[in-house]
Amino acid sequence: MIQQILFLIIAGGASFYAFRQFMAIRQTILLGQDEEISGDAAERWRNVLLIAFGQKKMFKRWIPAVFHLFIYVAFLFTQIELIEIFIDGAFGVHRFFADKIGGLYNLILNTIEVLSVLAFVATFIFLARRNLLKVPRLYSLNGWPKLDGNLILIFEVVLLVAIFTMNGTDVVLQGIDPDHYPDTGTLAVSSWLGPALFGGLGEGTLVVLERVGWWLHLGMVLLFLNYLPKSKHLHIMLAFPNTFFSRLKPRGEMENMPEIMNEVKGMMGLTEDTGEVNMEEELPDFGANDVTGLSWIDILGAYTCTECGRCTSECPANQTGKKLSPRKVMMDIRDRAEEVYTKIESGKEEYAANPEQPVSKDNFDDGKSLFDYITREEIHACTTCNACVEACPVLINPLEPILKMRRYEILTESAGPGDWLPMFNAIENSGAAWSMTIDREEWTKAE
Amino acid sequence: MNVKTMAQYAAEGKEPEILFWVGCAGSFDDRAQKVTRAFTEILNAAGIEFAILGNEEQCTGDPARRAGNEFLFQMTALQNIETLNMYKVQKIVTACPHCFNTLKNEYPALGGNYDLVHHTQLLQELIDDGRIKLTEGGTFKGKRITYHDSCYLGRINGVYEAPRATLESLDSQLVEMKRSKQNGLCCGAGGAQMWKEDEAGEKRINIERSEEAMATGASVIAVNCPFCLTMMSDGVKAKEKQDEVMVLDLSELVVQNLVR
Ligand code: SF4
Ligand code: SF4
Repeated sequence: MIQQILFLIIAGGASFYAFRQFMAIRQTILLGQDEEISGDAAERWRNVLLIAFGQKKMFKRWIPAVFHLFIYVAFLFTQIELIEIFIDGAFGVHRFFADKIGGLYNLILNTIEVLSVLAFVATFIFLARRNLLKVPRLYSLNGWPKLDGNLILIFEVVLLVAIFTMNGTDVVLQGIDPDHYPDTGTLAVSSWLGPALFGGLGEGTLVVLERVGWWLHLGMVLLFLNYLPKSKHLHIMLAFPNTFFSRLKPRGEMENMPEIMNEVKGMMGLTEDTGEVNMEEELPDFGANDVTGLSWIDILGAYTCTECGRCTSECPANQTGKKLSPRKVMMDIRDRAEEVYTKIESGKEEYAANPEQPVSKDNFDDGKSLFDYITREEIHACTTCNACVEACPVLINPLEPILKMRRYEILTESAGPGDWLPMFNAIENSGAAWSMTIDREEWTKAE
Repeated sequence: MNVKTMAQYAAEGKEPEILFWVGCAGSFDDRAQKVTRAFTEILNAAGIEFAILGNEEQCTGDPARRAGNEFLFQMTALQNIETLNMYKVQKIVTACPHCFNTLKNEYPALGGNYDLVHHTQLLQELIDDGRIKLTEGGTFKGKRITYHDSCYLGRINGVYEAPRATLESLDSQLVEMKRSKQNGLCCGAGGAQMWKEDEAGEKRINIERSEEAMATGASVIAVNCPFCLTMMSDGVKAKEKQDEVMVLDLSELVVQNLVR
């Protein structure tokens, strides 16, 4: 009975706290602007199935892909076991499904055991890759992202220890007290590991150890749930919406800006529009200098980012020593979005652009911008080569925010690299990308 | 050269098969002009009725748009679309993957819908259909040639095979670089970088890519883009290898082996 009450308090409290964090993330993502979701829904589902669920793009580098798959599938299957843990915990029963679903129960447990061993191996290989082999794209992380990458692997080890303690002691107890410990059938690992490790122990110790394993398992799951929102491992969930909402337009098409198109059409006399500019209206900001100027899909991408660095390791600018790193761009967007959300939530007057009104997404100014995170030097280094877009295993597009920041710089601030001015002038004045003294047909005159 | 403009066709009350979009680099850059002429020669040899816009052509706006200057992009793009639609242009070929991309993927949202082919695709078609013939055992027979995928033709528009097929019809030996096709490394010119100094770093991108190309031991680096042509030529020159390694556009390779 005490265990049941304890279970309800802990599981309920942890779930509630996690739920609140997920809602906050939802709100943070929605700081971004609306974006029309067009195109073929079937293609979107195909992306979810192949790329998020099937991890198709991971297999461009197949060694990490295989081990990642072990951990991922083990994770999925452990969720099935979780259903039983919750039932057992809430109703004070033991292995609720053991005698209800026949051979299927044994099959599920065995699958989990085999996958857990594979995940165990994979975890150690990943820890080694990060810390001993020092794979550059992973080793180059510092601070929280570095700790984050290692923590999860340690969590995984603890979780697996818990699972095998729980199952191993259970197998031994099945022989001692079959009334309370229903037969699970032969288990691939615990049926030999259990007796080998726990065989000689007294019944009392075994019962306690089994409980320790069970609570540790539950505890790790709840801890993980609350840790997710702060971690890059959010991609376990967000990879699905992110692949679904990823843009389907051709890669080479920069998003059109109809406001500007219509104004230019008006100026050129191409529309019914008289071409009069309404001077009353304040000129809108073009492009993005903060997360609120990005699309919510860009912020969703930032929260989905696995920090794997595949984008950066393919980026020509980064690989030749420039400051630009598409991974950093995505991580910065997440950090800034979190900052903006926290400040808005604080409700402090000092963050209101107009102090008369309460602080909100549309009435916000903390004296900072995304340019405090992502420098101009970084966005100027991009060649728009799309290597980062191609590389990302979860269909994040780091190029889109870079281009939106360039637009802000040029259109709203009239700033940007001075080197570009002659090109702009040449196009404006002579319709060519360089100012030329010869005419366009000159080349036809040679023999 | 035997080249007619759209205006001339219109004056004769005729319509060409295809419009050749020359682009700024192809029109003005000394080195790229050679590519333009080579491609024109091939078109003439194949007996294709084509036209250029000549002085009515303007920059597509690719560098302006990628620099962030949407106003300028819209101005030049809408002007071009006016011209193209006035001549009822349907099919366009271009030797520049940036023009190709902008005309194909960005003009539709502004009201310009055309059927685009890149010159490397047309070359392959002409060879396959026998509209042009290549000499047996030509200049490049057995030579090691490496092919540099431009970002805007390759990764961005998915054209990998046509240029490679063209190289194979030259009986040359195609050697791939370590990073090719989807994983090809940029030459460093895209995103309006062509018009500005590099940001501070350890190395220029074109040097990195040229080194990779030269490491294949190829005597020819084949390209499909006037900007790659500049970047790779500069890279080869920086390593003082211009006497051993040639950087050539595909149409220059084909024209050298054309049976006339
Ligand atoms: S598009 Fe820009 S950020 Fe992305 S890989 Fe290329 S240069 Fe790097
Ligand atoms: S943007 Fe994609 S490729 Fe880059 S670090 Fe994040 S998940 Fe990896």
